[in-house]
Amino acid sequence: MAKFSKSDNSVAVIIGSGAGGGVLGMELALKGIKTVILEAGGRHNPQDFVNDEWASFGQISWLDKRTTSGDWRVARDFSGLPSWIVKAVGGSTLHWAGASLRFQPHEWKVKTEYGNIKGASLEDWPIDHKEMDKWYTKAENHMGTLGTGGRERLPGNNNYKVFEAGAKRMGYKDFHTGNMSINSKPYDGRIACQQIGFCFQGCKSGAKWSSGYVSIPKGEATGKLEVRTHAQVLKIEHGKDGKVNGVVYADKKGTIHKQRARIVCVAGNSIESPRLLLNSESNMFKNGLANSSGQVGRNYMRHMTASTYAIFERPVYFYRGTTMAGIVTDESRNDPSRGFVGGYELETLALGLPFMAAFLDPGQWGREFTASMDQYDHMAGLWIVGEDMPQASNRVTLHKKFKDKFGMPTPNVHFSDHENDIKMRNHAWKQSTALYESVGATKVIQTPPYPSTHNLGTNRMSAKARDGVVNKHGQSWDVKNLFISDGSQFTTGAAENPTLTIVALAMRQAEYIAKQMSSKAI
Amino acid sequence: MRVLKKQAISRRSFLKGSTVTALGLTVMGPTIFGKNNAWSATFKNISADDGATLVQMARDIYPHDHLADKYYAAVISGYDKAAGKDKSLKGMIGKELKKINSASMKKYKNNYRMINREVERVDILKANTKSPLFAKVRGDLVVGLYNNKEVWPKFGYEGESASKGGYLNRGYNDIDWLDKV
Repeated sequence: MAKFSKSDNSVAVIIGSGAGGGVLGMELALKGIKTVILEAGGRHNPQDFVNDEWASFGQISWLDKRTTSGDWRVARDFSGLPSWIVKAVGGSTLHWAGASLRFQPHEWKVKTEYGNIKGASLEDWPIDHKEMDKWYTKAENHMGTLGTGGRERLPGNNNYKVFEAGAKRMGYKDFHTGNMSINSKPYDGRIACQQIGFCFQGCKSGAKWSSGYVSIPKGEATGKLEVRTHAQVLKIEHGKDGKVNGVVYADKKGTIHKQRARIVCVAGNSIESPRLLLNSESNMFKNGLANSSGQVGRNYMRHMTASTYAIFERPVYFYRGTTMAGIVTDESRNDPSRGFVGGYELETLALGLPFMAAFLDPGQWGREFTASMDQYDHMAGLWIVGEDMPQASNRVTLHKKFKDKFGMPTPNVHFSDHENDIKMRNHAWKQSTALYESVGATKVIQTPPYPSTHNLGTNRMSAKARDGVVNKHGQSWDVKNLFISDGSQFTTGAAENPTLTIVALAMRQAEYIAKQMSSKAI
Repeated sequence: MRVLKKQAISRRSFLKGSTVTALGLTVMGPTIFGKNNAWSATFKNISADDGATLVQMARDIYPHDHLADKYYAAVISGYDKAAGKDKSLKGMIGKELKKINSASMKKYKNNYRMINREVERVDILKANTKSPLFAKVRGDLVVGLYNNKEVWPKFGYEGESASKGGYLNRGYNDIDWLDKV
C-alpha cells in the first residue's frame, strides 16, 4: 500500500471515503494519480460488523455534536442527531440499503419541468441524462447493480411479498425487488446475499457493495492510493494565488498535521463538507472557501421521506431477509394533477425491534403505541422517498458557541418542509395506507421521517457561478483546484436514492480531473 | 411458514392489564419483590418505595402485558446505581415522585403506585409529561426495554442472524397466507 509524504505537494487529497470520496480515490489511483484519502473514522472489515442495531449504531455512526433548528420533527425528536450517517472507511455506503436508481431524465431539468415554485430555489442541473448514461452504466457495473447489465434481481422476502400483493391490488404496474447493489449471484469476488437482514448495520457477508471494502481496495492495489484513518480535516489552506495547497487535520490523539496537495476534493457528506468550507475562511475568502456566491451550506435537502407500517392478522416476519429489496416506481413521475410537483418511490423497509421502538412514533407512549409493538412480528413496512424542494433558508451553518474536541465549530442543520414536501408526503401516506389495507391490514401507522440518511445539496452545482458553488464537473467556481465530490454537489435531489448518482458523478469527475492535471490546467 | 412461539399471555397478567390490580410489587426494607418473589431488586440510594413507583411508572409508559415487571425493573435498577454518583439525579427523582404522588393523592386519594386502575395512573402521568423524570424514564425505557435481548423472543424478533447463515434457508420468503386475503 502506498504511503505518501505530508510534504508531497503533488498528491490529490480527498476528504472522506464514502460513495463520492472512496470511488473518486479508486478512479484517480487507477489512472495513476497519487492520492491520499483522509477519513475521519476507522476501518472495519465485513466480519467486524454486528447484527445488533444499537451496538452497530455505536460502532459506525457519525455521533459528533450537531444541533438542529427549523420546523422538522427531527429537530424535536432527535435534536442532536439530524442525520444518520457513518464515520468510517466507506462512509455511509456501509449503512446504505443498496438501492441504486438512476434519475429520471426530467429530474436533471426540474426548473424547466416544474416552472417557478414559490419558496423553492430550483435550478436545472448543468448536465443531462444523455451525458450521464455512460457514467451510470459504469457505476452499475462497478457496483454490481441488479436489474442492469443482465444481472438478475433478488428473490422477494416476506415483506416484499406483502408489498407486491398490495401493489397489484392498487393497480400499480412497475414493482419489483429493486435495482439493488447486492449480489444475487457471486460477483466481483463477493458472495451472493444470504438474506441476513441488518443491511443498515454493515453487510457481514460483503454481498452489498460498499466503497469501503470494494472500491478502496481496488485503488490501494495500484500502489497509488493511501487511506489515512482517524484523520479529521479541520481546514483547507490556500496560497497567495488563491489556489488550495493543503489541508490541516487532527489524528486520533488530537495531534495536528498538514498534508500538502496539488488538488483537494471534499467528500465529507452534505453536513461536514459545507462545515469544512465555512471553517476554511481566510483574509482572501472571508465568507468561507468557495463561497463568493454565499451558497455554501444553503439548499440543504434530505428527500421528502416518511414510512408506513401495517399490522396484519397473521405473521409476516418482515425483518427476515434483505432490508430494502422492493420498490414501486409508479408514483415517481411528475404529475402536478396530484397537487404537487415531482414524485416519490415506495421501497420496502424493515427495522429490528429496538429501532422500531425508537422510530415508529418518536416520543409516543402508552397502550396505542405498545399495542402496535406487540404485533411487531405481524408487521410489514415501507419507506417513502421523494424529491424535496431546495430552499435557500434550509442550510448548514457553523454554531456560534459550540466547538468539537479539536476546536472546530460544530454544524447546525436548519430544515423546514416546503409546502410541496408536505403535500407529497400526505399523498404517499394515503397511497401506501391503501396499498396495505388492500391486503387486509388491520392497523396502519404513518411514521414521520427519521434522521436524514440522504443529505444533499449544500454545495450545489450550477450553470452560473452566482447560483451555486461548483460547475458541472464539481469544480469550485472560485478555486479551480478545489472539487466537491459528494452528494452536496446535487443541484436538486430527484426522487431516487442518491448513491448511484454520487458514484457516477465521482467517476465522471475523475476523468475530468485527470485531463485537467495532464494538461496542467490544475 | 416458520412461526415462532411467543410466551402465552397468562391469566394473571391479562387481568392486571385490564382492571384488577397494580399492587404486584411488595416493598420490604430496601428491597422490592415481584409477584411470587419471582425477582427482587435491592436499592441503596433511592428508597425501595420510590423504586417500586418507578417500576410501575415504567410499565404504565410502555405497558406490555406479556412482559414481567423484571424487564422494567432492569432499566430502573440502573437509576439506583446512577443516583449514588449523581446527587442531582437522586434529588430530581425524589422531588418529581413527590409531585406525582401529591397530584395522585389530590385526585385519587392514593399514592400513584397504589392506584388500582391503569387508566387513572395514566391520567396522572399525562398531567406530568413535562416532568424531567417522565422524560428520562420514557427515553431510557424506549432504548433499554426494547434492547433487552431477553424480551426479543416475546415479540417474535429473532435478532442476530449472520451466524445462522441468515434467513436464506430459514424462512425469509415463507409467508403462506397472502392468497387467502
